[in-house]
Amino acid sequence: MSKDTHNLENTILELEKCIQELKNNSEQDSSIEIKKLEEKKKTLQKEMYSNLPPYEIVKISRHHLRPPVSDYINLMVDDFVELHGDRSYGDDKCIITGLGKIGNKKVLIIGHQKGKTTKERIKLNFGMPNPEGYRKALHKMKLAEKFHLPIVTLIDTPGANPDIGAEERGQAHAIATNIAEMTKLKTPIICIVIGEGGSGGALGIGVGDKFSILEFAYCSVISPEGCAAILWKSKDNAEQAATALKFTAKDLYELGIVDEIIPEPTGAAHNNPEEMARTLKETIVRYIEELQAIPIDKLIENRHNKYRKIGCFLDGE
Amino acid sequence: MFFKRKRNIPDGLWKRCEGCNNVVYKKKVEEKYNVCPECNYHFRIPTSERIKIMLDKNSFEEYWKNMLPADPLNFKDRISYKDRIAKEQKKTGLKEAATVGKGTIEGKSVIFAVTDPRFIMGSMGSVVGEKITRAAEKALELRLPLIIITGSGGGARMHEGIISLMQMAKTSSAISRLQEAGTPYISVLTDPTLGGVMASFASQADIIMAEPGALVGFAGPRVIKETIKKTLPKGFQTTESMLKHGFIDMIVERSKLRHEISKILDYCNSNTNN
Ligand SMILES: [Zn+2]
Repeated sequence: MSKDTHNLENTILELEKCIQELKNNSEQDSSIEIKKLEEKKKTLQKEMYSNLPPYEIVKISRHHLRPPVSDYINLMVDDFVELHGDRSYGDDKCIITGLGKIGNKKVLIIGHQKGKTTKERIKLNFGMPNPEGYRKALHKMKLAEKFHLPIVTLIDTPGANPDIGAEERGQAHAIATNIAEMTKLKTPIICIVIGEGGSGGALGIGVGDKFSILEFAYCSVISPEGCAAILWKSKDNAEQAATALKFTAKDLYELGIVDEIIPEPTGAAHNNPEEMARTLKETIVRYIEELQAIPIDKLIENRHNKYRKIGCFLDGE
Repeated sequence: MFFKRKRNIPDGLWKRCEGCNNVVYKKKVEEKYNVCPECNYHFRIPTSERIKIMLDKNSFEEYWKNMLPADPLNFKDRISYKDRIAKEQKKTGLKEAATVGKGTIEGKSVIFAVTDPRFIMGSMGSVVGEKITRAAEKALELRLPLIIITGSGGGARMHEGIISLMQMAKTSSAISRLQEAGTPYISVLTDPTLGGVMASFASQADIIMAEPGALVGFAGPRVIKETIKKTLPKGFQTTESMLKHGFIDMIVERSKLRHEISKILDYCNSNTNN
C-alpha cells in the first residue's frame, strides 16, 4: 500500500474510533459532533478511494467481503429461476445462469460465482470456470436469443480454470465458441465487470453491446502476478505489472474499451452492497431500454463495428 | 499469456533434436521439411520457410506488409515494449508476428496467414489481430478459402494489455461473418498454439488440422503445473491428445499439409471463381 493511502487509512480508522467512543458515551448528547466526524470520515474515504494505485484496486476487487454475483441476484433480481447444465457433460457451479426480472425487464442472467465463505469459495473453484460453465452459458444464451430476452453477464473471475481436466475437455474451444457466438447472437448483450475481469475466462461471457465496469473492478489480459512472473521473472513485481498493464476502470475508459465506469458507494461496493445493487440495477435497465430501441440487425452491425475498431498500430502504407 | 522455453542450439552442421535428443545432420533435416529423420519431431520453422512449404512456388503476394506495432500503453517491464519490438524485429527479420497474403495451394487460390512463434512468442497484439481480421475480410470479399497457420506460445500479448484481449473478439467476429457466408476456413495448429490465440480464431475453424507433437491448449503447462502442484501426464496438451479428446479434425505431417488442404478444398468450395 502506498504511503499516502496508508496514512489516510490510519486517519479514517482513528476517526471511526472517536465516533464509536462518542456513541458509547451516553451521558451527554454528542450527535452534532458525531455527524461532523462522520462527514469528515466520508470526505477522507472519498479522497483515499479516488487516488488508489492500481494494485490496491486489484485488492479491492478481490476483497473477501466484495459482493459476489449471488448478492446482486438477491438484491436486484426478482423471480429468479436458476437453470443448470450444459447438456453435454456437467453443471459447472462456477458459472450461474438463470432467468429473472431486473426492474420491469425480463432477462437472462449469467455470472461467475466466487462464493462468500472459504468453504463456498473452494467449492466454486475460486471463480475459475471449467469448459462446462462456458457451454452452459452458451446453451442458455441461445435460449435467450430464441425468446428475445436481453442477456446480462456479470463478470468476476481470476481466469478460466487451468487444470488437466479443463484442458482435456476443451477449455480453449469452449471459450472460442462463446466469443464467436456472442459476436452474432440476435439479442442485446450487456456485460459488466463487477470484480475481476480475468483474461479469456472473462471474455468467454464478455462479448456484447455494452461493456462496462464497476469503479473498483479491473479487467486484464493477464493477472498482475502472472505478468510479473513472466516479464519481471518474479511475482513480487505484481505492483509494477498492475501499473504497466493499465487495467483499472479509469484506464479502460480512457482506452475506449469500456462504455462506462459505474460508480461505487463511498468505501467501495462491500461498504454498501444495497446501494451498489441499486446503481447497478438502474444502469442495466437504462442499457436495456437503449438497446431494445435498436433494430436487431443494426445492433449486430454496431456490435461488430465496435470490436472491429479496437486496435492500435501503424498502417505503414 | 503463456510461454514455453526452448534451448538455443548453436548453428553448425549438426543440431540436437528436441524430440529424441539425437544429434542429427542439419542438412538432412532441412531437406525433410525441418522434420527429424529419426523421430519425426517437427522443428519450429520461420515464416519464410512456412510459406515455401505451403504455397506454390512464387505464388505468394503479401498484403499489408508494412503494418507496424504501436505502443498504446507506453508499456515497460524490465525493457520497454518499443525496445522489445526493435529487438524482435532484428532477431526475426519480420515486422510483426503475423504475415498475411494471397497465394495458391496446388493451383487453388487461398488467403493465407501465418503467425511466427519467434516474434514475441507469436503473441497477438493489435497488428496480429488486425491482419487476421483483414485476412478474413479479404477472404470474404474475394470468396476465397482462408488458411491460417498458428504458432503462438504467447496467446494475447501482455504488452498491449486489454487491447490484445479484445483482438480475440475482433478476429472472431470477422471470421464469423466469413463462415456465415459459406466460405471455408481451415486452421493448422503448429507448435506451440496456446492461450488467447487458441481460445479464439484458431479453434473457430471449419476444419482444424495440426502438426504432430505440437503443444496446444489454453493454459500453458507451467501455469497448470503450478496450479495443481503435480507433474503433468505424458503426452498432455499434445495434438495427439487433442485428437483423442475430439478437439481437432486431423493430424497431418508437415510434408502432407498442402495436399490434404487441397483435397479438402475440393469439397468445400463455395461459389468461388477459382
Ligand atoms: Zn528426433
